[in-house]
Amino acid sequence: MTATADGSEAIPASRLRLAEVVRVGLHALATRRLRAALSALGIAIGIASLVSVLGLSESSRSDLIDQIDALGTNLLTVSPGTGFGAGDASLPQTATSTIGRLPTVEATSAVYAVDAGVYRNDLVPANLTGGISVYATDTRLMETLNGSMAHGSFLSEAQRDYPAAVVGAVAAERLGIRDLETPVRVWLGDRWVNVAGVLDTFALAADLDRAVLIGDRAAEEYYDVDLEPAAIYIRVDRRYLDGTRDLLPATIDPENPEEVEVSRPSDLLEAQAAAESTFTALFLGLGAVALLVGAIGIANVMVIGVMERRGEIGLRRAIGATRAHIRRQFLTEALTLAATGGIAGTLLGVAATYSYSAVQGWRVIIPPVAIGGGIAAAVVIGAVAGIYPAIRAARMSPTEALRSD
Amino acid sequence: MPALELRNVSKLYPGTPPVTALDGVSVEIARGEMVAVVGPSGSGKSTMLHIMGTLDAPTSGAVLIEGLDTSGLDDDALAAIRGRRVGFVFQRFFLLAGTSALDNVANGLLYTGAPRPQRREAAAAALERVGLGARVHHRPNELSGGEMQRVALARALVHEPAFILADEPTGNLDSSGSKAIIELLGSLHGEGRTIIVITHNEEISAAMPRRLRMLDGRLTDDTADRAGAP
Repeated sequence: MTATADGSEAIPASRLRLAEVVRVGLHALATRRLRAALSALGIAIGIASLVSVLGLSESSRSDLIDQIDALGTNLLTVSPGTGFGAGDASLPQTATSTIGRLPTVEATSAVYAVDAGVYRNDLVPANLTGGISVYATDTRLMETLNGSMAHGSFLSEAQRDYPAAVVGAVAAERLGIRDLETPVRVWLGDRWVNVAGVLDTFALAADLDRAVLIGDRAAEEYYDVDLEPAAIYIRVDRRYLDGTRDLLPATIDPENPEEVEVSRPSDLLEAQAAAESTFTALFLGLGAVALLVGAIGIANVMVIGVMERRGEIGLRRAIGATRAHIRRQFLTEALTLAATGGIAGTLLGVAATYSYSAVQGWRVIIPPVAIGGGIAAAVVIGAVAGIYPAIRAARMSPTEALRSD
Repeated sequence: MPALELRNVSKLYPGTPPVTALDGVSVEIARGEMVAVVGPSGSGKSTMLHIMGTLDAPTSGAVLIEGLDTSGLDDDALAAIRGRRVGFVFQRFFLLAGTSALDNVANGLLYTGAPRPQRREAAAAALERVGLGARVHHRPNELSGGEMQRVALARALVHEPAFILADEPTGNLDSSGSKAIIELLGSLHGEGRTIIVITHNEEISAAMPRRLRMLDGRLTDDTADRAGAP
């Protein structure tokens, strides 16, 4: 309210209703649609890339984490040490039974190297092994590794005694085994052996993908097999995992505990997940750059708008707008541009995540923070990009704004 | 109480040397008067427009609008005075593109905080008054120059100001458009409205009942056809 010196009628302060602030802010955008759309597009691209990077990395990681959870993080692998001074170390023959006696071990299974090659048929030269190893094992391997069969079945108790083979996923490919609809034989060492089953990929024991497994007792009878385990797989009670892990070397080989290497295969997968999040950080950085460019675009369009619309600013000041009204008008414009871009970008990012995940067969996970954060980031950017042009517009004196150019 | 009173108003623009745009101008404009402020370019006419319309503050002296002394008022208070007590008409019309004549006129009340239906109602009446009752929904690009200036005039009177301040209102118009605007201003004056026209055009100023002649920032002549004409 203005003070009156001589008691004449006071003049109420200028006032712009909230709905009008929005209407006035939108008006300029509505009359310059192409320019508004192009500058909002910059923000949309930035936000879309952020949302899709977050969504895709989360979805792909969830795939990996599902895998880790399914396989279990409580699997330990014991193998002969390969470190410095370990020489050609080997595990004691008693290792498996020693481990089996540990109270915290839930299941255990071992594989033994068999000195034989495996071939499609007896005509393949002996040196063309295809990089496939042959191991002898017991019937508990599948449950210990949480493995699954692609075709056929795993070695049964009876098959421990007679030559029958289970083929790893990669080995099956190399041996040309597609399915077991018709009986399949492989030339193993010096005899034909029936294939009982084909394994799915072992995520936690990739070595076995390139192996052919036969029953341990059969191996002893028909082949030359190591007495020392090549690897022992152990399922440990989750609660005592670390303690058991520390105890294992000395328990297995009290004389040379350094020759026993204990590893936890799920660590590898977790490392892979961590590596992917490093990439995510990189892509997020790129998205942020796109967003910055978008923000500069909005600031640019706003500055140009303020220059072009000096007359409008002058008129508005002449019909009663205060500096604050002008400032709000231009800020509303910038915010609207950015928010529109933000919403469009978020939708775009979500759509991109859905379609790419569908192609990859991933479970779609879009973190709520990506959606909320995307729109919020756009609004903040609009505010930052709009504040300087808005202040500039508001500072312009009415006489300067109205001056003909 | 006069609609507008300038008391010994001076305006200096800083610089080397400083420019004296107005030099001790005192004038009273009564309610219902129609006045031309006339003079060559550089005479201080534009500064008079800005000072009279409170778009700019004088360096010294006082501007009173309907008895209200505007000296020392802050920017927001001056904006409020312009929004409620002054009606501006500019040479360049300043209509918002893409906005109907009705809403352009309704914008004259925008910063009073009046609700939209009320603003539109007043705008429709003002457009009717300037003879554009049939063109309320036309946009500026669908109107002739003379019609655009009539829309601007409607916007200047929609809030019933103390006076209408018209700056070279015919500067962008052809002769028939000019004539129509001058006639319209005359008829608004006939209804008792206070009208101040700033112009360098002698023909237009000659048509006004009272003429304030400016030269070098000073008021050199104040002639009225009939003393104290309402």
